[in-house]
Amino acid sequence: MPFKKTPQKFAAAMKTVELGTGDKKIVLGGESVLPFYSFDAPIENAPKVGVEIVDTLLEGAPAQMKEFYAGCETMADMAKKAATIEGVDFITLRFESADPNGADTSVEECVANAKAVSEAVDLPLVIMGCKNNEKDAQIFDKCSEALAGKNILVLAAKEENYKAVGAAAGLAYNQKVGAESSVDINLAKQLNVLMTQLGVNADSIVMNPGSATAGYGFEYVISTLDRIRLAALGQNDTTLQMPIITPVASETWNVKESMASEADMPEWGDVETRGIDMEVATATAVLAAGSHGVIVRHPQSVTTLSKLIHALI
Amino acid sequence: MALKGIDIFKMSPKKNCKECGVPTCMAFSMKVAAGALPIEKCPYMGEDVIAKLSEATAPPMKTIKAGDLSMGGETVLFRHEKTFVSKTLYAVNVSDDMENADQVLADLQKVDYERIGEREYVEFINVTRVNGGDAFVELAKKAAGLGRQVILNVECPACAEAALEAIKDAKPILNGATVENAEKMNELAAKYGVVLGVKAADLDTLYDLTAKIEGMGNKNLILNVSTASIKEAFADAVQIRRAALKNTDRTFGYPAIVDVAALAPGDQAMQTALASLFTMKYGSIVIMETMTYAQALPLYGLRQNLFTDPQKPMKVEPGIYPLNGADENAPCAITVDFALTYFVVSGEMERSGVPVNLLISDAGGYSVLTAWAAGKLSSSSIAKFVKETVEPKVKSRTLILPGKVAVLKGEVQDKLPDWNVVIGPREAVELVQYLKEFNN
Repeated sequence: MPFKKTPQKFAAAMKTVELGTGDKKIVLGGESVLPFYSFDAPIENAPKVGVEIVDTLLEGAPAQMKEFYAGCETMADMAKKAATIEGVDFITLRFESADPNGADTSVEECVANAKAVSEAVDLPLVIMGCKNNEKDAQIFDKCSEALAGKNILVLAAKEENYKAVGAAAGLAYNQKVGAESSVDINLAKQLNVLMTQLGVNADSIVMNPGSATAGYGFEYVISTLDRIRLAALGQNDTTLQMPIITPVASETWNVKESMASEADMPEWGDVETRGIDMEVATATAVLAAGSHGVIVRHPQSVTTLSKLIHALI
Repeated sequence: MALKGIDIFKMSPKKNCKECGVPTCMAFSMKVAAGALPIEKCPYMGEDVIAKLSEATAPPMKTIKAGDLSMGGETVLFRHEKTFVSKTLYAVNVSDDMENADQVLADLQKVDYERIGEREYVEFINVTRVNGGDAFVELAKKAAGLGRQVILNVECPACAEAALEAIKDAKPILNGATVENAEKMNELAAKYGVVLGVKAADLDTLYDLTAKIEGMGNKNLILNVSTASIKEAFADAVQIRRAALKNTDRTFGYPAIVDVAALAPGDQAMQTALASLFTMKYGSIVIMETMTYAQALPLYGLRQNLFTDPQKPMKVEPGIYPLNGADENAPCAITVDFALTYFVVSGEMERSGVPVNLLISDAGGYSVLTAWAAGKLSSSSIAKFVKETVEPKVKSRTLILPGKVAVLKGEVQDKLPDWNVVIGPREAVELVQYLKEFNN
């Protein structure tokens, strides 16, 4: 008696969201199977890998990465270089130094940087802020305006600032809006509902239902993603069918395993390799649980993840 | 096939004798159906009924043992549905044609540490036969001498027998049986009482071969997923597990071995990615070329998170954790024993570089606010912990409370009059700045 295959193709599908313009534009989502279950039904749009560029440039960057970006003096220089990484699908700019409790870089400077990058590269752009809700809302507003027509994603609107961010990026400038909630399916759903009630088109929303580093409460991330995908596909919950994007780098490079110097932890070995493996393992797990796009920092991570994704689809 | 409570009730004695500890036979039957009680709890159930029911209520996936290690026995496909019971185990490969086999064996032993009460190390050594002969047997002996479980990756029955004889007390997994050698390998597995690994070119052949070996009376098996490509390996791993749990197809109700070393030879980062993928999706044993700390730290962390009981919070041991070289004069900062809280708080404190004694109090594994709301973190519990555990060991009399329970400050101060009780930040991310300023 041969093995009876029972493909699990769901009647519902994830929504698709396009980022960027022209030849390099990308499509997130669209499938009606669980992550990488291409043996159940074809997955038309492979998950995407983005590279993160922080506005503090190479401050604290490990050796190989510094070497890779050698000579880069601006975010635009770095973006140009990053666009050459094998397997990169989009570029993410993170304006960490805009934090009013930190360097408090002005909104104008952030916008100038974003504009310079958009002129230097033709890959889709994702804009991340500094985790200060008010400042982020301003950055997203002004970047959306300056990059009108570029079809960027602002990452992300949260419960605290979704009205300002949704109205500016989503309604006024017709960009794509990220919806960020903290590792809970109900919070993710609620924010999607609030954003659509505000008038943001459901097809312009990308979810970030929270992230963590492997080993650091990552079970919540797994279960949240599992449950979102099962509700979206299995129960046809249209408020959870938005594609999912997960910033991985901003989590994984801040844990002890990726930061402790080899001098402090000699048995752990090379710190850069640790950072790469932590980023790659976490991003893979996020993709396996349901994300359609991951944002990582190290060029080797980008290439490895891209290879893995294309081997699986 | 899952039986309903009512079906079991029909076969029960219907005496309502209460000897099973449940008021009625109907209630007992419901509990058996839910898996809460074994059918044998009923003293009056006929033997034929028990046999019939234990077959029907048997778990869809068998638990296979190698030494003290368990594989399989899962009942759900997603961790939020219930709990994953047998964590993914990791193996490092050595083969008898490797010039640096001794180095590989030495290196794999370097990763051995504890994380939240769990020993993290390479559980298996996969000994691959290429040349065979004495070299293979000697390598198997060396591997067995290292206190790890051994997998004999060998398809030649004569070589397998020689190695099995040499390390029979170690009870290695014999991997494996193929279409060509199944009878002979099955005899060896039976003779030495070891788990038999089944290998085939594709899923259909694997299914038939597994059914055939089961037909020979062997149900102590483990299945190999494809090594032809990453795509096929993943498809096999998912489909085997799904067939067993979702479609209760018991022929595939066995754990799976994934040979990541064969899928991405020489590519450490890709092997890390694949090990992560197959930890997430249904690999029971993952074989790698190496297990460095760079690979182990994320993988064991991921595994520990994935295989926790969603209904039971992960806890760290209460006590005093000196950070950044803190001595008895360094200030104390108290928080709860929820593992995530501990990791985030200790991580930020280490980043600050400021010596501090982190006090972990027993709060039932809850986070700060939850523990406070549940009465597990109170001025009394803090005062008791500080007096009994901290005062005998620490000279400093500065105590930093979590900002989220600032409301406790007055009471704690009253109960610990010798201490200078201060309020720390509400969020862990603010700790670096707080401690740096605190120190000045």
